[in-house]
Order: sequence, then C-alpha cells, then structure tokens
Amino acid sequence: MAKLILSMDGLVLKEIPLGKKRLSIGRKPQNDIQIDNLAISGEHAAIVTVLDDAFLEDLNSTNGTLVNGQPVKKHILRHNDIIELGKYRLKFMIDEAEPRSGADQPLTIATKASEMELVPRGGSTTRSQSGVTSEPQGTGVAAAVVQLVSGPLAGKELPLTKTLTTLGKPGQQVAVIARRPNGYFITHVEGNAFPLLNGQTLDAQAHVLGDHDLIEIAGIRMEFLLKP
Amino acid sequence: MKLSDVLEMVARTDPGLLRSRNEDAVFADAALGVAILADGMGGYNAGEVASGMACTLLAANFARFAPMCNEQIDDDDPAFMARHLASEVTLANRAIFQAAQGEPRYAGMGTTLVLAWFHDNQVGVAHVGDSRFYRLRQNDFELLTKDHSVLQEQIDSGMLTPEEARYAEHRNLVTRALGVDPEVDVEIHVHDVQAGDLLLLCSDGLSEMVEDEGIRQTLQTLGGNLELAAEELVHLANDNGGRDNISLILVRVLGDYAAPRGWAQRLRAVMK
Repeated sequence: MAKLILSMDGLVLKEIPLGKKRLSIGRKPQNDIQIDNLAISGEHAAIVTVLDDAFLEDLNSTNGTLVNGQPVKKHILRHNDIIELGKYRLKFMIDEAEPRSGADQPLTIATKASEMELVPRGGSTTRSQSGVTSEPQGTGVAAAVVQLVSGPLAGKELPLTKTLTTLGKPGQQVAVIARRPNGYFITHVEGNAFPLLNGQTLDAQAHVLGDHDLIEIAGIRMEFLLKP
Repeated sequence: MKLSDVLEMVARTDPGLLRSRNEDAVFADAALGVAILADGMGGYNAGEVASGMACTLLAANFARFAPMCNEQIDDDDPAFMARHLASEVTLANRAIFQAAQGEPRYAGMGTTLVLAWFHDNQVGVAHVGDSRFYRLRQNDFELLTKDHSVLQEQIDSGMLTPEEARYAEHRNLVTRALGVDPEVDVEIHVHDVQAGDLLLLCSDGLSEMVEDEGIRQTLQTLGGNLELAAEELVHLANDNGGRDNISLILVRVLGDYAAPRGWAQRLRAVMK
C-alpha cells in the first residue's frame, strides 16, 4: 500500500496510509487529512487512487500545491514525490512488498538480541492474520442472552449487552463472554477447572457461541440464546 | 527478593487491519523490571528501525544497569531514578539521530517512547510523544502521561474541548519524538506503586481505537488473566477499525519490591 509522510520543518508528524479511494486534504475538519493552518485552503487538494495509480489534484486552493517544487493542478504521483502545501510536506511512498533483509538493518546496534525477549511482531494473535476487513461493523451483532438452566435462579436471563460479560464465581471459576462484531465468544479467565461447552471442556482459546449452546461454569448450567 | 516474583508482565504487538507493516516495538522483562514501548515513524522501514533501535538500545543498557541498582541503592539521592532515565533516553535519542543522519533512507525517522522502570517500590516513567502510561488502582483508572501532540496542545490552550478533540481528524501529530533532533525533551515522572496496581503502556493504535472506559472495563473484567486481557484489548482495537499498529504492555504488581539497603542506610535506619 502507498502512504504519505506528513512533515513540517523536517519533523515527521504523521504517516498516512492511502487506504481510501479518495483522500481529501484541507483545513476544514471533514478532510481526511486535516492541516489546521491558515495557509491551507478549506478544501485544498485530493488524492484519488485508481488501481495502482494515485492522482493528486489541487482543488483550486488559494496558495496552490507543489510537487517536487513545481506547481501542479493534476499530477500522477510517483514514488518519493514531495507534495508541498504551505509549510507542510507530504512525501508519497510506495511500500515495498518485501522488507529488505540484511543490509537494511542498522548494524550500529551492539546488543545480544538472543538475551532479549523481544515479542515477535504481529503473529501473536491469529485473528490479525486472517486478512483485512473492509469496514468496522460497529454493533451489528444480534442481541443475545444467557439463560440459567440449573440452580435456584433457573429461568433467569442475563442479557449480554456489554462488550464483556463475566460468568462464574470469582476465586473458583470464571469465564467471560465477549461480544464482537462477528459474534459472541466464550473464554476461560481463571480457576483450575475450565468451562464446559455442550459437554466438552474448553481449552484456553476463545470459542464462538451458537444459538442454544449449553455452557457449564462452576457447576451452573446455562443456555446461550440469540434474540433476533 | 526477585523482581520477577512480584511483577507480572505481558506484551503484545499487532499490525492492526490497515497497515502492511508493524512499526511498533515492545520489550518487557519482569526480572529486570523494565517495560519499553515505541511507535516509529518514517519512510520505507525507517519507522521500524527507529522504534526497534529505541527498544533494543534501552533494553540492553538497562540489562547492564538495573541489576546493580537492586544490589544497593543510595537513599541520599531521591532524583536518582529520574536522572538515570533521562540519561538513558538521551543516549538512545542520539544514537537514533546519528543513524538517521548517516543513512539517507533513514532521514527524518523518529519514534515515540514510553518506558517504565520498576525499582524500590516505585515506577519511573519516561515518555516522548503520544504513547501512554495508564494505571488501574482499585477502581481508579488514570492516565499518568500527557501526550506530546498538537491535539493535546490545542486542548491545553483552550482551542479545543476534550469532547471536540475526540472527533478531530488526524489527532496525533506528535510534537516530540526520539531521533529527530540531537537533543530530546523527555518527560519523566516517578510514581509510587502499590501491590495490586495494574499498569498499561500502549501505543496510540490502542488509545485511539478504544475509549478509556472500554480499556478500564476490560482490565477490570479480565485483570485476573493478563494474557487474555492483552489479547482482548488488541481484539477491541481491531473490532473498532484497527487503523494503526496496536501495541501494549500490561504489568501487574503482586507485592512489595523495596531495594535492599546498603550498610550505611541500614545503620541510619537503626539509629532513627
């Protein structure tokens, strides 16, 4: 993915990925890149991405838009182009597909990497590797409850309205149900015993819940119910 | 007393959903009592280089220094932690700055930093930029760092209310960073620590995507299982869009970790 590096007076302020088809730049707050400076017009310029090409367009701004020192109205952006708006600079860069190895690493650092517990970048959760979702889905997930099946409060319903709902007895056995845009997930939190889901003991991973699934935590049985 | 017996640390870093690279770097070592988080910026992989350098350099220097502090400390110098933190951050800044000067493709690279050093029942926190340090103590969830960002300056000067700031675009133009100048203005505070405290270091990929209240609820609900709490926070940030790299370190304080006193201090304590 291409990106822009916003800087002023040589100080890098922000890195902006070109994730959107049309990225607007200007002083007004509704712009994708808002630059709150009087030298910048309310709607100053826009970058439109079509397939692999990014087009910069000056939107008749008062002070104009420069690319590599030349004023432009429309311009196809190339790697390392410098866009100037007032005192601000945006460097356009196309990310290399593969990180370069070897020579690109700083060789000046004298450390014993093996002694350190640097956490591997990425990869720590499987979910992040499952690809890019287009838009956050907000709270598009259906309402659901947990209904107690056994015990003195049998029949009682516990609505799952919060992002996280804990179930069980603290100090003994606790599990949590997380409400996510893509469904409800149950995970063991604490205690030696793990919850049962439809009679099967859960492992430490999160498990998705389906309608009418039976959960047993700390000896209490309950049923997960979707409420369409 | 071993620090690893009284501190529990969990670190996570995730590229998020939109970025192809992860320019954050984290380091956490309970035995050293050091947690470091850096969020890099710059072209090519320069952001990764800057944050990686900050983490590695500081970790290596603390690995040499911190064990000595635990053998003996000097009570007479209350500013000792702050002074040491400042000198370490200054060194790291200079190294990154020099690397940026010496290598055209690293020009202009920089990184935020938040570093927590646990020593003698205290935590020294050094920060530069918009990476944050929070503390959950009982029911109080508090942000103990103040962002060095344009947005924060606008709030401070009264140009924006915190409510307006929530909806401001490009909220996190940082006003300070490590590696962009030969000198860096690092902010340092030393806080007392109590058993039961839960501390969070995070990059703006978390604090921008999840509101403080959401973070607090997650920590309170899942504080009994740091691994799970860390994972849940990454999920929450991704569920809300995952627009930036997400990194965090959780530290739970299980007990007291007063540094052993030297003979002079012991004698003085007896005389009192």
